[in-house]
Amino acid sequence: MRGKRFLSLLSLILGLFCTTVTVSAQEPQNQAPAKEEGINITEIVFGHISDSHEWHFFSTKSADGKEIPFAIPLPMIIYSPTNGGLKMFSASHFEEWHKDANGVMISNSHEGVHIEKSMKEKVIADDGSAVYDFSLTKNVISMFISIFILLYVLTKAAKGYKYGPMNAPKGLQNAIEVVVLFIRDEVAIPNLGKKNAPRLMPLLLTVFFFIWVNNLLGLLPGGANFTGNIAVTLFLSIVTFIYMMVNSNAHFWSHLLNPPNVPFGVKILLVLIEIMSLIIKPVALTIRLFANMLAGHIVILSVISMIFIFAVLSKVAGAAFVPVSLAFSIFMFMLELLVAAIQAFIFTNLTSVFLGQSMEEAHHEEHHHDDHHKEVLA
Amino acid sequence: MDLLTPELGLFFWTFLAFVCVFLILKKFAWKPILQSLSEREKGIADSISTAERVKGEMSQLKAENEKLMAQAREERTVMLKEAKEMKDRIINEAKEQAKAEANKIIIDAQQQINQQKNAAMTEVKNQIGTLALDVAEKIIRKQLTAQDAQEAYVSMLSNDIKLN
Repeated sequence: MRGKRFLSLLSLILGLFCTTVTVSAQEPQNQAPAKEEGINITEIVFGHISDSHEWHFFSTKSADGKEIPFAIPLPMIIYSPTNGGLKMFSASHFEEWHKDANGVMISNSHEGVHIEKSMKEKVIADDGSAVYDFSLTKNVISMFISIFILLYVLTKAAKGYKYGPMNAPKGLQNAIEVVVLFIRDEVAIPNLGKKNAPRLMPLLLTVFFFIWVNNLLGLLPGGANFTGNIAVTLFLSIVTFIYMMVNSNAHFWSHLLNPPNVPFGVKILLVLIEIMSLIIKPVALTIRLFANMLAGHIVILSVISMIFIFAVLSKVAGAAFVPVSLAFSIFMFMLELLVAAIQAFIFTNLTSVFLGQSMEEAHHEEHHHDDHHKEVLA
Repeated sequence: MDLLTPELGLFFWTFLAFVCVFLILKKFAWKPILQSLSEREKGIADSISTAERVKGEMSQLKAENEKLMAQAREERTVMLKEAKEMKDRIINEAKEQAKAEANKIIIDAQQQINQQKNAAMTEVKNQIGTLALDVAEKIIRKQLTAQDAQEAYVSMLSNDIKLN
């Protein structure tokens, strides 16, 4: 047990070390001749949190000062309707980069497209026509890894139940069961009621584990910032929204479009607000997860970058700042481990709250009153 | 603002992957897990209710047993009482019978005694009579041997005879 703990601590420190290596390795790349000693922290941080067509681990310098990146080029799938349709090739074809006047990195051209890298990597056609980038980027690969983990772990846990339901759960099965029960008893049943909860449990569980595992993978050194990407959180909240719409009942819509016991003028205003709130719900879900995960990554990266900011002042200051930065980033890492689970929980909980609102039964109010009366009587 | 514009590619892959994961997990993970959990919960609830019911039955059985015991005890008391009564009655009856028998025997004996006594008395009387007659004969014989005595006696006898 103690050995394991030590091992995980060691891997954590090593991981942080790796990250620092990557950061330092990018340093020469950013050292434009005009600002020799400056390092562009924004570029470093955004290079880490944004999606990429290669999985970059770290770079070393060869004897003649040339940078040798340790990165896996990922497959690119480009669809251009006007120019050749669907194309597949490796991202390793883009190897010559130059900076334009605005500080945007531009790659060489291959198959009629090139990559522009500012805050984000964008695939742009050389002739300016529309291209759609379906590449298996770093985030996509990270998601595939998470899916592999999810499928392996959860189906393995599910196999434990083949010995019959009355068998005591153990090991992995037990660990998963605790989470499943938590989602069922603390998230699904209080918000959806006993009747609807079983039907929606698979969605809630999948959303929870999907977000959680991806959050955790994002924390690994060199990991992708998958859940801190707005495309992902947008998709997840669209799933919630679709489920909301599909499961909504007449009571929900009548309350939304025709609020009872309200004068006409107020009614118009209220309906407008209600419709806005309907749209805002998934938007809030999108932004919340995206911003939380992104912020966590940025804070950790910034704290580590402090070493190099101080190192620019003097090498001693940089070295002296290592323990402080390390301690702080370990603290942040622990916090992010917690946040990974909390954000997954919050997303799942809000999903079930929204679903519960759209599925509320017409006589719910009366029930409440009845319950209240009973309580008062008791 | 670059960060806030979702990429089409990632969105597409996330969509594809999430839907696949959702469907696979739904069939191969969540279904067995949730089903087993609810079955287990149902099983536990059933076991508890069964235990509760058995407990109730047990207490009912116990109460019944106690009732039976009390009844048996009561019956035993009654039986004992009856037996005692019967015993007393039999004894009393026997005593009565014995007493009656004894009385009868005593009465018989007394009658016999009386009879025998009477018989004996009669015999004694007869004997005494005979003896008295003998004695009187002897005395008379002796007294009347003399002449004058005879005369005196005759005169006495004649005195007794009153000629009216």
